[in-house]
Amino acid sequence: MPLTQADISAEISQAREAYLKAVAAGDPVRDHPARDYAPYRSSVLRHPKQPLVSVGDPEAVELSGPVFGVTDVTALDHDLTRQHVGEPHGERITVTGRVLDRAGRPVRGQLVEIWQANASGRYAHQRDDHAAPLDPNFTGVGRCLTNDDGEYQFVTIKPGAYPWRNHVNAWRPAHIHFSLFGTAFTQRLVTQMYFPGDPLLPYDPIVQSVTDDAARQRLVATYDHGLSRPEWSLGYRWDIVLDGPAATWIEEGR
Amino acid sequence: MSLSPTPSQTVGPFYGYALPFPDGENVAPAGHPEMITVHGVVHDGAGAPVPDALLEFWQPGVDGSRRGVAGSLRRDPVTGGFLGRNGLDFTGFGRVATDADGHYTLRTLPPVGVGYLSVTVFARGLMRQLHTRAYLREQTDIAADPLLSSLAPGRQATLLTTREQDKIHRFDIRLQEDGVHEETVFLEFP
Repeated sequence: MPLTQADISAEISQAREAYLKAVAAGDPVRDHPARDYAPYRSSVLRHPKQPLVSVGDPEAVELSGPVFGVTDVTALDHDLTRQHVGEPHGERITVTGRVLDRAGRPVRGQLVEIWQANASGRYAHQRDDHAAPLDPNFTGVGRCLTNDDGEYQFVTIKPGAYPWRNHVNAWRPAHIHFSLFGTAFTQRLVTQMYFPGDPLLPYDPIVQSVTDDAARQRLVATYDHGLSRPEWSLGYRWDIVLDGPAATWIEEGR
Repeated sequence: MSLSPTPSQTVGPFYGYALPFPDGENVAPAGHPEMITVHGVVHDGAGAPVPDALLEFWQPGVDGSRRGVAGSLRRDPVTGGFLGRNGLDFTGFGRVATDADGHYTLRTLPPVGVGYLSVTVFARGLMRQLHTRAYLREQTDIAADPLLSSLAPGRQATLLTTREQDKIHRFDIRLQEDGVHEETVFLEFP
């Protein structure tokens, strides 16, 4: 029997209830998804079964991290609507926010990378065989450096939802993939930003893999009318908080 | 103040036109006499190669500094394409996607001040990156390393490279034990 949405939705509910029960019994809040989240079937053979080994060494190289600079981005990299001769199809949007560490300090001058499907829900990737049109004026890749306040900004178009083969009639909610660097390799984050009010969010095992309701809500951007530009674009705000420790000597002077 | 972190999400299957960049695997300046090659295959819990994993490597600079050097993914402001590394600076950062055989190749310099390269693994199906380390066997004092010496020998071996030839080191990554092979030791940093 092929898996249906009802099967997956039942597993999603069970995982969430088990999590709520565990927290009620005193387990810590879990901000990140469990790596062995079975409703997302691709995780089954791709998660370690042994517990992670904790490294408390204050000299660990991972407490520092790579840096990027003005040579690593061009002025147009943050504007995904201007990378081709013509204009892409779709709803023009801006996405902006701040990148902070857990102490609330801005992450300055660091690389933010994004990628996304086009307005029809199709990636410019040869292995994406979704029967939706490619857009010759949209690749869907952007990058920028955060400014001194930790702010990033992208101009793009709102991506479309698209089907995938986790189960029958599986659809990913519209999302933008984000890749972020902090001041330490331990803070590395790859995640996905979702759009408020998307009716697909409850059905999607990837977003629902974050079983904590408040944590999951942090993956959803806010529509900010003050960021919308008259006759031009709609504005979304999404702040990002990087997890993980960093060496204190690295933080100084940044 | 302690803010709640933004949750991780999988890198998915379609990062390939966004994250890899030319010379991502060529961390050592071209033609550097001390260049080493580290290569291997990423496997899943069925023992099958993982053709859509993305690996990142980080190590100190040539003077042992951990401040990093910019310029890993130099861009061309004329064409909007990539220029590649400048051939001089050692940025300490590498990024390489596995090929259709699940294989990756990294060309870098031996780490300075420590015996290991820091490694992160991203993949479709993986909810959050995994951290591990590739210790170069010939420059590692196992007994003196607090992490290696804390591990049982079978587990320890998953973090050590195997020397294949002069300056060519093998480092396979197993995301999950497959009934035959030990699972790679993955790390967390409290």
